[in-house]
Amino acid sequence: MAKPLKCDVCSQPATVHLTQIINNQIHKIDLCENCAEQKGITDPSGYSLADLLVKPESESAPEVAALSCPECGCTQREFKKTGRLGCAKCYEVFSSVVSPALLNMHRGDSHRGKVPQRALERRTFIDRLGTLESGLQDAISSERYEDAARMRDEIIELKKAMEAAAAEA
Amino acid sequence: MLIKSIFGGKSEMTEAGSKKCPVVLMTRIRLARNLADVPFPGWAKEARRKEVLETCLPSVASLGQMKRGISAEIESLSDLERQILVERHLISRELSTHAEAAGVVISKDQSISVMINEEDHLRIQVIKSGYRFKSVWNAADAIDTALEEQLDFAFSQKIGYLTACPTNVGTGMRASTMMHLPALVISSQMEKVVRAVNQLGIAVRGLFGEGSDASGSIFQISNQTTLGESEEEIVKRLSSVLRTIIDQEMNAREKILEKDPNKLYDKIGRAYGILQNSHLLTSSECMNLASLVRFGVDLEMFPEKTRNIVDRMFIECQPGHVQYHAGDEIDSSARDAFRAQYMRKQFENVDRPIFQLHETSTEDDTPKQEPEQEAE
Ligand SMILES: [Zn+2]
Ligand SMILES: [Zn+2]
Repeated sequence: MAKPLKCDVCSQPATVHLTQIINNQIHKIDLCENCAEQKGITDPSGYSLADLLVKPESESAPEVAALSCPECGCTQREFKKTGRLGCAKCYEVFSSVVSPALLNMHRGDSHRGKVPQRALERRTFIDRLGTLESGLQDAISSERYEDAARMRDEIIELKKAMEAAAAEA
Repeated sequence: MLIKSIFGGKSEMTEAGSKKCPVVLMTRIRLARNLADVPFPGWAKEARRKEVLETCLPSVASLGQMKRGISAEIESLSDLERQILVERHLISRELSTHAEAAGVVISKDQSISVMINEEDHLRIQVIKSGYRFKSVWNAADAIDTALEEQLDFAFSQKIGYLTACPTNVGTGMRASTMMHLPALVISSQMEKVVRAVNQLGIAVRGLFGEGSDASGSIFQISNQTTLGESEEEIVKRLSSVLRTIIDQEMNAREKILEKDPNKLYDKIGRAYGILQNSHLLTSSECMNLASLVRFGVDLEMFPEKTRNIVDRMFIECQPGHVQYHAGDEIDSSARDAFRAQYMRKQFENVDRPIFQLHETSTEDDTPKQEPEQEAE
């Protein structure tokens, strides 16, 4: 290139070119290899805009910044620092920050792609089985024998269905 | 051990270049997946990461697609082995440096690689030469579905596959092609193209070397957004942008040949001369020379079979590969000497370029639509 794009950070020739759309405004970022790496943009096809997109800490309420995930212990502060969440649950816990960010960085806020159908079915089976088994224990210990018999039958049916689904796959 | 099997087999990366797609070198799709109920690798404690590795490595390795492939923990690999995998796009630089409890499984033909404990628990990647989104997606989809039989993925009905970085959430898919755009670079139009493409939510990245000048005119072009569209819609939108870039490149080629063929012949002739005679060659110079020779092949100045030599050069002139061929870890000036010697050998029997225009030389054979897609 006769006139190479310059890195926005250090003015070296840029090799990484990104665009982010924040509140419907297009922001362009050009980075050199070094600065891209420092910003955590190491995967050539993936990059993190989250740390650039999420507002600086001082602008959000302190109680929100102190929020932490009960599942993994990740804090909102940590998320803002790294642009990475700690676990799947973090998406719910930090939704007040993550959800608007998703709208800004993507083309919509709901998933329209592939669904892990088999895994979801399996999970539903397992959850249902757990509910029935603890219900059965309750029924037995409180001498509700009709309920217990019904639940035992349901468990047998459910296990049959699970085996059939597994065999099909 | 690992290196031998990498170099022993035929590789999708270096063997399959085709006249059909002079511009698109290869197509890649990457899917990010995480296990439900385990923190993402960047946040998980060492012990949890180890559990993930111990669960996933055998699961992935047991897939039919990975039969007789390679399965390895990154920590067990030497620096040189890691570097070679990075240069072949089989693992990311990030995985090679954050190696604790990380692993990779690579298919025998090296078209599929699954990284474990990179930024996400699983990164499924399929690469094929040429312009082949349909078959690349089918392969990635099949691996993902097969893994789903054994593993519970973190998934939300509302926002799809959950990933460590919110930029990947939804489909978790990054689709890209590696494109050779020498005429756009020579005619200084690349900046304009990058700007235009960026506006459409598509990212452009110079693939090799440090500066944009050292890129060998190769660019990786990929989707930036992963949520709100299906995989098919993302690929469709990306494809239409790629189609435009291919047209722009072809127009630029025609213009250069019309306006100033001598300037181009001079560049290509010199590239040939240097590759046959140089004694010191840096990797970035080598990339640029390879790029010019590839352009020459497209223009039928060199025999078609030269394309494979060039496509191999793009990979093999990188430092890790040079050291492997040299049989030793050597410093950069020794590498430059070895690289020059290696290229002299490669180009020893390549015929001189033919400096005349062929009627069809700038014609683009890249299908308007992927034939695979039309067949559907
Ligand atoms: Zn920089
Ligand atoms: Zn969490």
